[in-house]
Amino acid sequence: MNPHAPGANPAADIDLQPVAPGSERGSLVALIQDLVFTVDHKKLGLMYFGSGLLFFVVAGIMAALMRYQLAIPNHGFLEPDVFNRLFTMHGTAMVFLVGMPMIFAFANYLIPLMIGARDMAFPRLNAFGFWIFLFSGILLFFSYIAGPGLYDAGSAPDVGWFAYSPLTARAFSRGHSTDYWTISILLGGIGSIATSINILVTIFCYRCKGMTLGRMPLLVWLYIVVAFLVVIALPPLSACQIMLLLDRFLDAKFFDTQAGGDAVLWQHFFWIFGHPEVYILILPGFAIASEVIPVFSRKPIFGYPVMVAASVMIAFISLGVWAHHMFAVGMTSFGNTFFAISTFLVAIPTGIKIFNWLGTMYGGKIRLRPPMLFCIAFLFQFLIAGLTGVMLAVAPFNWQLTDSYFVVAHFHYVLIGGLLFTIFAGVYYWYPKCTGRMLDEKLGLWHFWLFTIGFHLTFFPQHIAGFLGMPRRYYTYDAGRGWDEWNLISSIGVVIQAAGILFFVYNLLHSYFKGAKAGDDPWDAWTLEWATTSPPAEYNFEKPQVVRSRRPLWDLKHPDDPDWKYE
Amino acid sequence: MNAAAAPTHDSVVKRAGAAGGWKFAARIIVAISLLASGAFAQTTIPETDPPLRPIQNMFEPLSTPALKIHETSIPVLLICAAIFCVVTTLLVFIVWKFRQRNEEDRHVEPPQVYGSSHIELAWTVIPIIITVVLILITARTIGEIQNAKIPDDALRIRVIGHQWWWEVHYLKQNENGEWVTDFIAANEIHVPVGTREEPKMTHMILESSDVIHSFWVPQLAGKTDLVPNRKNELWIEPWATGTYLGNCAEYCGTQHAKMKIRVIVEEQDVYEAWAQNQRTPPPPPPANVALGHKLFMDYACANCHTVDGTIADGVFGPDLTKLMTRRTLGSGAVDNTPENLFKWVRDPQAADMKPGCLMPDMKMLDSEVREIVAYLETLK
Repeated sequence: MNPHAPGANPAADIDLQPVAPGSERGSLVALIQDLVFTVDHKKLGLMYFGSGLLFFVVAGIMAALMRYQLAIPNHGFLEPDVFNRLFTMHGTAMVFLVGMPMIFAFANYLIPLMIGARDMAFPRLNAFGFWIFLFSGILLFFSYIAGPGLYDAGSAPDVGWFAYSPLTARAFSRGHSTDYWTISILLGGIGSIATSINILVTIFCYRCKGMTLGRMPLLVWLYIVVAFLVVIALPPLSACQIMLLLDRFLDAKFFDTQAGGDAVLWQHFFWIFGHPEVYILILPGFAIASEVIPVFSRKPIFGYPVMVAASVMIAFISLGVWAHHMFAVGMTSFGNTFFAISTFLVAIPTGIKIFNWLGTMYGGKIRLRPPMLFCIAFLFQFLIAGLTGVMLAVAPFNWQLTDSYFVVAHFHYVLIGGLLFTIFAGVYYWYPKCTGRMLDEKLGLWHFWLFTIGFHLTFFPQHIAGFLGMPRRYYTYDAGRGWDEWNLISSIGVVIQAAGILFFVYNLLHSYFKGAKAGDDPWDAWTLEWATTSPPAEYNFEKPQVVRSRRPLWDLKHPDDPDWKYE
Repeated sequence: MNAAAAPTHDSVVKRAGAAGGWKFAARIIVAISLLASGAFAQTTIPETDPPLRPIQNMFEPLSTPALKIHETSIPVLLICAAIFCVVTTLLVFIVWKFRQRNEEDRHVEPPQVYGSSHIELAWTVIPIIITVVLILITARTIGEIQNAKIPDDALRIRVIGHQWWWEVHYLKQNENGEWVTDFIAANEIHVPVGTREEPKMTHMILESSDVIHSFWVPQLAGKTDLVPNRKNELWIEPWATGTYLGNCAEYCGTQHAKMKIRVIVEEQDVYEAWAQNQRTPPPPPPANVALGHKLFMDYACANCHTVDGTIADGVFGPDLTKLMTRRTLGSGAVDNTPENLFKWVRDPQAADMKPGCLMPDMKMLDSEVREIVAYLETLK
């Protein structure tokens, strides 16, 4: 048996792979028809990825416009309201229309393959989740056209992505832009919860023979944690969106301070969703890193049980830290101390994870291919993001740092330096599986270096602008406050990042047609998705899989020294 | 007021060269005003505020709470820097040492290590110890700042946030011991300076009339939000004179970016003179501005603005009783020069003023605007 084609999938030899009707390349109508009617987890995964990428480019262009406005002081390129809409739409889109579909893209595509299942547990619910997400995204952007409402007040939402009340009240946000924002998020939340329940049921009920919970790939474990967090954290968000709708349409006065409502109530509701949301977005990043780093270090993950425990701990703690977003709203000294302490606790399991990844690399043979490069950059950037997070957790220091550009830098280090870099790693790693072709290595290196340099150039100076007192969400600023240079450097970095993204998108398209043939297992990897063809047939596996360890393909490739002897 | 002496945007830009000059000029003016107070037994207000402090570096604190935060941040930064150096060095070392060197290397897998409970325990315990240290540092500073006692001689003020300007009530105690408004200012907060040994506290109650704002002058204190329906507290004890520039730090709508703060920290007697002037009701308008006065009262100006001693008692916009003692217009949007005042009254929505602010373009004739500005210029 060829060790590089383990599982000896006969589909490759006798060409059993059926062609789904209408899926031939070239027939656009047939393709659209296929995409609309499909309930296949792999196609839905790719559709999540494609629409996420589309929204990413749109929201990225919005960011570039803002950086152009801020490149020099007193720049007259954008009017204040236009700018305010841009940052609101950029933030909302990046979190709900890029981050969420991206993590569900990987979940959808990989989880059934990794646990040796035929599909997700509820394929139709899966399709429902995708389409309602896409609809919510289109609805949000439709507000640019339909948001004006009566008297032409408003256009797209301009209340910021966390939409603090009472700025969202009828008195301060006229027209219907805020309603579009609210309903869009409400719908997206329904999709996310549906997909998460689907993920949980799939993982708990559809694992192949021999795959105990303790033998699942770490990615699958982390998605259990993520899905639980979504199911717990999204309902408060939906609740407060419904309260806001009641306020705006039926004068419910939950947040109407003129009538005795409470402005801070919104913040509690929003952040008890919003902080777990950060982990909902970053844990899939950890998940990808935990798959890529072992394969490219040629060693199993160091301390698997501890990695699982640390992830569960992060999720638990993350449910009790939300008010660290609110240190400046005037909580009691007891409240501030409590939330500072709970926030520090997150550092412990996070530190364990970083050390365990380093432990995995230590003593290995590290292959510096694009997926691994993105993971190494991720480790470095996530370290910075974690440390600036520790600084922000020091409540008194937070009174200076919060709502300044320091915070902007911090969460971009988390979400770009952490999540986006691992998404890139994941794309380079699994693209051969999804398409049967390798991504071009040279273009990948251009993408990696341009994007990494541009990223640091853009976001590192923002820490310093924050130290010098620059608040976030400013459409303009005066010269002479010490902010000019840092903003200019930051804006220059955007150009370099954009060049990197161009290489990436070009690579995706180019390699789809011209890339080298990948084969089933191009990385010599160990988890089940590499045991089937690339791309996998609609039924995933030719015959039911049986596993005896966490690395079933290692066992096949090394029958003399299999993993199950040590677990 | 003497427009040429007012700090302008130019003065901010050219700070490096001009800072010394400003300081010198300010000292002379303080000296003159002291002389004047001796000669006429009455202090006059200096023509300029103390020099601008435009670069609000939070690591150069000039007031007690900012200093306490600074002192807390240093050990935190050191710990973070140490962790950063150790982990980055490890990362670089590991990638360098264990990288795959050539293709031959490919076919031999390295030893498969699954974990080590001893090592993992070690790198769990160390973060726990660091966390405990951080918790202790943090808890102490939170208490010191939030639970500080207000001394009897503290200056007490109320700051009320509006879209997009600051209303400032200076408080005094009435015979029942309640704190009531002494006089009202806007956007520019004058406070007396203390020393590090004998600090002079200014205690602020923060409120909002509409949405959430946040008061932030980094060299004086951390930020605190102004939340409608709540009363938050903030205190400062500056020990260096100067005009501190600050900003609204919680997104509050269209002109969030031009909701600027000036805290003017000045010598006690200069402050007293300023406060005395603010308390004094203005004399009736001189005859040469009677037309402007009439236009101000006839048009809608009087509905939103207050001028003490007249029928203008609106509360939606800043109190204009002492307009000409302020150095800026529109909460720091532009400097208060005769030219800018004219442009502001004519159309505050112009791109170089404060587009989106709640003061409308009244579509007045230029001649009318000129009359109104002439009247406004008597309000000092």
